Amino acid sequence: MTSAKDRIEEIVASNDVVLFMKGTELFPQCGFSSRAVAILDHLGVPFKTVDVLQDPEIRQGVKEYSDWPTIPQLYVKGQFVGGSDIMMEMFESGELKELVGAPAS
Amino acid sequence: MAMKAAEIERLVRASIPDADVTITDLAGDGDHYSARVVSRTFAGLTRVQQHQKVYAALGGRVGDQLHALQLQTAVPEEIEK
Repeated sequence: MTSAKDRIEEIVASNDVVLFMKGTELFPQCGFSSRAVAILDHLGVPFKTVDVLQDPEIRQGVKEYSDWPTIPQLYVKGQFVGGSDIMMEMFESGELKELVGAPAS
Repeated sequence: MAMKAAEIERLVRASIPDADVTITDLAGDGDHYSARVVSRTFAGLTRVQQHQKVYAALGGRVGDQLHALQLQTAVPEEIEK
């Protein structure tokens, strides 16, 4: 039996850019998740999304994993980056683009 | 369950006494707020750590009693590099 923590570690380790969110990339179920997807879309990098609404164990587990109480959560190259507010700040300052190594626009 | 803006401010100040807290009720429903918290104690911390301090001050209410808290943190300008 794999624990939620192991599963999260595996997802985060095997994808450079991962967004844990409510809903899917096409149908986000929450304004904050929707905003997070829009930011990543705009950066034009490939990213994986994990719908926590489909998996209560991951939903709870990911909050404990990074000691972060809310969804969405962004991970880049194995590191927790933040929620949608931090994503927005980093997007506006250009830091996020640099972090994900987005192609120059 | 909703929370009053004044209660959010009180809780943040209780753990971060020097915090300058500005709260906006985004939807007027007592459940969707934005908060800007400015404190000298944030100096040297990453954004994630700054937000975690605010979440800790709110003692597990964020994501539970409080569905949405849009959060912005900063250190006072005079000590920003």
